[in-house]
Amino acid sequence: MSLRSPLGRVLGLGAAKEGVHHWWHQRLTSIALVPLSIWFLVSLLSLPAYDHATVIAWMGESSTALLLILLVLAAAWHSQLGVRVVIEDYVHAEGSKTLLLVVVLLAHVLLAAAGVLAVLRVTLGSPA
Amino acid sequence: MPSRPLSPHLTVYKFKYTMTTSILNRLSGLILSLGLLLLVYWLLAVANGAAAQARATRLLSTPGAKLLYGLLIAAFCYHLVAGLRHLVWDTGRYLERAQSQKSAWLVGWVSIILTLLVGYWAFFVGAHAP
Repeated sequence: MSLRSPLGRVLGLGAAKEGVHHWWHQRLTSIALVPLSIWFLVSLLSLPAYDHATVIAWMGESSTALLLILLVLAAAWHSQLGVRVVIEDYVHAEGSKTLLLVVVLLAHVLLAAAGVLAVLRVTLGSPA
Repeated sequence: MPSRPLSPHLTVYKFKYTMTTSILNRLSGLILSLGLLLLVYWLLAVANGAAAQARATRLLSTPGAKLLYGLLIAAFCYHLVAGLRHLVWDTGRYLERAQSQKSAWLVGWVSIILTLLVGYWAFFVGAHAP
């Protein structure tokens, strides 16, 4: 017979009230991404050309920059949440699962930060 | 760690075609994650100036890259339509078996039509058109 309490046995083994958090963020980002991704696709395909001058003029507009930043942030978080579930489902070895989850999370933070920085540099007009 | 049954229990289910919509949603999501990587790469190249963007454009205009755009467009259209189906499900509607089977076909056809429309625009009408 174990002396551990029922609560002590399950702590850390299940969703522990974090499951809804993940679900909710995935929904929030998906709702945000419906208009953002459609805007991006339409706006990008509507450009007359993809040379530097045209793209800079497009990205230099405040509205474009704002929507691009929101797109990168929402897409990065949505992607992180999605890839995370795939790893949790198919990688069962505890060590490699944790390592992969950390790498995926940090890679997405890096992607989001780099994307936002790139848009800001263009729209604030400070080329490297 | 006690050995507990771990989901998804891939081997215990009989295959139903509605499963395909679920698997494709994951697959298209993973492909779109690569698309995000590509987007950030392009944004960085643009921010790094005309020369950097020109170098990136050479890489982004290869036949392999164009094939990737086609794949990304298909993945985007599917993930968008299948995602909307999930959002409808989240309201508690259309969860019955017959309804989900019907919506699986709907998602399939709508995403194929959307892919063809966007693909036509991207490859034959837009600035990338030959």
